[in-house]
Amino acid sequence: MKGVLSSVRRRYGGVATSLILVSCGLWALGLVVLPQLMMIDYSFRPSLPPAKQGGPEDIYTLANYAALYGNPLNLAIFLKTIWSSALVTATALVVCYPVAFFLARMAVGRTAGLLFIALVIPYWINEILRTFSWLLILARNGFVNTVLLDLGLTQEPIIFLGTTPAILVGMVYAYVLFMVFPIYNSLESLDPHQIEAARDLGAPWWRIHWRIAIPHAKPGIAVGCIMTFMLAAGTYAIPAILGGPKSRWFTEVIYSQFFEALNWNRGAAYAFILLIMCLGFIALMMRLFRVNLAEVTR
Amino acid sequence: MSADRVFRLFMGAYVVMFLVYLFLPLLFMAGASVNDSRFPTLLPWNGFTLKWFGDLFNDPMLWQGLGKSLSVGAGVIALSVPLGLAAALLLTELRGKARGLLYGVLVSPILTPGVIIGISTLVFWRQMSVSGGMFLTVLAQSSFIASYCMLMFMARLQRFDRTLEEAALDLGASHLHVVRRIMLPYLMPTILSAVLIAFLQSFENYNTTLFVYGTDRTLPIYLASKVRIGLTPAVNALGVIFIALTIVAAVVYEWRRRAALAVKPGKRAERPEPRTADLRPAAEPA
Repeated sequence: MKGVLSSVRRRYGGVATSLILVSCGLWALGLVVLPQLMMIDYSFRPSLPPAKQGGPEDIYTLANYAALYGNPLNLAIFLKTIWSSALVTATALVVCYPVAFFLARMAVGRTAGLLFIALVIPYWINEILRTFSWLLILARNGFVNTVLLDLGLTQEPIIFLGTTPAILVGMVYAYVLFMVFPIYNSLESLDPHQIEAARDLGAPWWRIHWRIAIPHAKPGIAVGCIMTFMLAAGTYAIPAILGGPKSRWFTEVIYSQFFEALNWNRGAAYAFILLIMCLGFIALMMRLFRVNLAEVTR
Repeated sequence: MSADRVFRLFMGAYVVMFLVYLFLPLLFMAGASVNDSRFPTLLPWNGFTLKWFGDLFNDPMLWQGLGKSLSVGAGVIALSVPLGLAAALLLTELRGKARGLLYGVLVSPILTPGVIIGISTLVFWRQMSVSGGMFLTVLAQSSFIASYCMLMFMARLQRFDRTLEEAALDLGASHLHVVRRIMLPYLMPTILSAVLIAFLQSFENYNTTLFVYGTDRTLPIYLASKVRIGLTPAVNALGVIFIALTIVAAVVYEWRRRAALAVKPGKRAERPEPRTADLRPAAEPA
């Protein structure tokens, strides 16, 4: 450690070194570690009025976690959130892989450049707006219903909004590009000669993908899946816009603990459960695709 | 026709369909913003109007939201770009376990759902009797936006030629001199990119901000409340403006990135920035 400090100092001088250390310390502790620890601490304490905080009743307890287990409705929402986020992730992967492959290995010159920009633009557009555009499409008097009624395919408008499928459609749309770019990045470094060699040796196109392209794209697939799952499980905007009382998302349960039930301790416990679930998914992906943290955040 | 050609055609058609899927909803939204109808819808078409844009400009809440968003964005830039740079400078010197630990802690916000970052910030600062508002919004957003800045700086520093710095120091230059004449010029393109990315991420952020905004409604918070309750085509008008600004920013950014690539022909393998990191808008976008 001392050797490191002296090398930093030799490089940047005393003043800059202190600034660097202080900033990193404040960021790591003040913005990341301590807030997380405080949230975890909160989650293990009962919700008490200020007068009783720190008193004899303020003891560590698992009650806030038991509350989720004891509430079948919220537990069902939690399980649905995991399952649906996994479904969104899998759908996005299937939809995106061909696009990423085309962009990285088949498009050339101007086409590739234009295609890249065409993908970057919606990627930067606000999640709320991307979701809102689907609100207009799926609404009772929206585009889909207008077309269905005009074609005589349905007599009554179909109610899409407020259902879980509507939320999933919106999520796939909003997060699809978070899958494209990581896979594109990893496929870009694939040596085209490998594909040509396989083709010359008579491999059919699906085997080329299965044995060469997909294994090479593993880190990108892992990153794409992690990002998509985390965004889907952790979004508040999309279920709030496209969903309804019957299609609540776990983030909405957490939000209502904080700002409606005013039970921050239970809200913190639910938030921690969500975090653990996301970390579990990240660990699973990193194991499944045999990648490490440096590759994931590259 | 060979099998290869069929495959190419099929893939091309698929990508075209994908683009239609990406852009059609946005075009609907844009179309609805100029339709003379009380509800935001493209069909039935009641004629062209710009009155929703007029409504929008007369909405004081919108201008307030814009003001808050710009202030928060400025705060996030001022905090996260220096933090990201400091961490990148430190991490390039560290080795072994200490490096792994610090790196893990500092990139973890990218892999944490945005709502959790908002919640932990809110809970932590309540201990110090600070409640939600612009201050907490800046802190919460910076805690993960700084991670993106850090990744961008690390990528740039990896290719830094340290002999330049060594030579300057050996020839008697002061540290300040080295920073000003060597480091800063070398890092300047990345600093500008980091400023742009930090601002965009902040400007679009919703999920983290939701828990910490207090009463300081940023533009996405206001936009979401409009989308949920006050449905008039004025929301679409706002969306169209948002999108227009985004397109300008995206094109400028891509153009800059490509210009940086074009300067060094033959070095295609050396990408100027890690794309996974710097293209992502809001990891909780929004």
